[in-house]
Amino acid sequence: MTHAGTTDENERLLIRRIKNGTVIDHIDGGEALNVVKILGITGATQEALSIATNVPSRDMVRKDIVKLTNRELSKEEVDRIALISPHATINIIRNFKVCEKKGVEIPTLIKGIVRCPNPGCISNTNEPIDSKFRVLSKGLCCYYCDWVITKDLTSYII
Amino acid sequence: MATRHIISIGDFDRSGIDSLLDHARQIDNKNYDKNALSGKILAVLFFEPSTRTRMSFESAIARLGGTSLSVGSVDACSIAKGETLADTIRVVSGYADAIVIRHPKEGAARLAAEFATVPVINAGDGAGQHPSQTLLDLYTIRQSMPIDKIDVALVGDLRYGRTAHSLASALSLYNARLHTISPTGLELPDTLVNELVDKGMEIVNHDSIEEMIGLVDVLYVTRIQRERFPDSASYFNVASSYRITPELLSDAKEHLIVLHPLPRVDEIDPRVDESPHARYFEQSRNGVPVRMAMLMDVMQ
Repeated sequence: MTHAGTTDENERLLIRRIKNGTVIDHIDGGEALNVVKILGITGATQEALSIATNVPSRDMVRKDIVKLTNRELSKEEVDRIALISPHATINIIRNFKVCEKKGVEIPTLIKGIVRCPNPGCISNTNEPIDSKFRVLSKGLCCYYCDWVITKDLTSYII
Repeated sequence: MATRHIISIGDFDRSGIDSLLDHARQIDNKNYDKNALSGKILAVLFFEPSTRTRMSFESAIARLGGTSLSVGSVDACSIAKGETLADTIRVVSGYADAIVIRHPKEGAARLAAEFATVPVINAGDGAGQHPSQTLLDLYTIRQSMPIDKIDVALVGDLRYGRTAHSLASALSLYNARLHTISPTGLELPDTLVNELVDKGMEIVNHDSIEEMIGLVDVLYVTRIQRERFPDSASYFNVASSYRITPELLSDAKEHLIVLHPLPRVDEIDPRVDESPHARYFEQSRNGVPVRMAMLMDVMQ
């Protein structure tokens, strides 16, 4: 048995196949919980969720995997993942078969996902708006106050 | 046609700034239609104190034949009852043809532009943007010299001073070299420095005004706020080392101009007012033609 075969076997042991839903693969090692957070999945939502972290991988040193049963992610949701794990791949599963496979694309604007770290920003008040950030090469720039988040993005996820 | 707003100096490119300043000069030379905005109403929504900005916008609309509406104070308006800014803006859009807003929260003017159905001009949002001040600063510089490739010194509180940030950004469009001098902890924010350097701007930090006074064409002085210091003694200690005096200016280039967005406290010795270098009162007066040009730009 090849090393690759062993890895696949390990994955199967870690997470059962799903009949319908989404498998998010090749998440950067250790980022699975942030992926779940950025998708807005909490204990209060209905999805059956499986997470494997730090799985040995052929392409990456370590990777995480998230499986969501009975939920197909939209493109907008998928692209949010790119902010924290740009190499992730998305597999849409129907009746145990991979029906769609796609990568993630970094969006140009993200809404309502990240809180502006600037306490003086109007988006941190009771105004009827979602936070909005332009995605730049240097980081995320608040649409309202121009504050730039260059690191620790996950700590600002709403 | 999309509604035109003026929220940040970053919304302008160089030709946009130049054409607005050209228009302001025409207005300054009395070459304009005094009824250009006849019948138009400007809502002046100031949620923070202001003397110069507010009065010069009111003067500007009056000189163009229009009128202004305002609430007396924040305490007297619906915001005090808990109304959101978004709702206030929607309502005021129905009363006026344009809105000038000053607000303590950064990004407030951009929010206002999202909800307004009329043009919005930002007259200062917290420590954020103040584009009309920057335009009149540039106008005042241009009265004395071409802006291209000049050496400009920013002095004082460069961390929280929104006028210094906006001016620095605008000067990056003119290949200016920036000299900075500020108390420890009140330096230009790193994010802004990185942005300016990325645009190709050269920034030189100095330890004293004396070492750079002979190098610069423009000395832009800002107020050092007392509340940034733990006690009065340390404030006075720092503030006195940033004070501009006639003696200090004796080593300056002949054509150097001294600017200040005002109000000043102790930063500039009143004896400098008589110096040929002093331009800050003229700078303040320039607020009217520049704001007239801005109003015509968005309201016509």
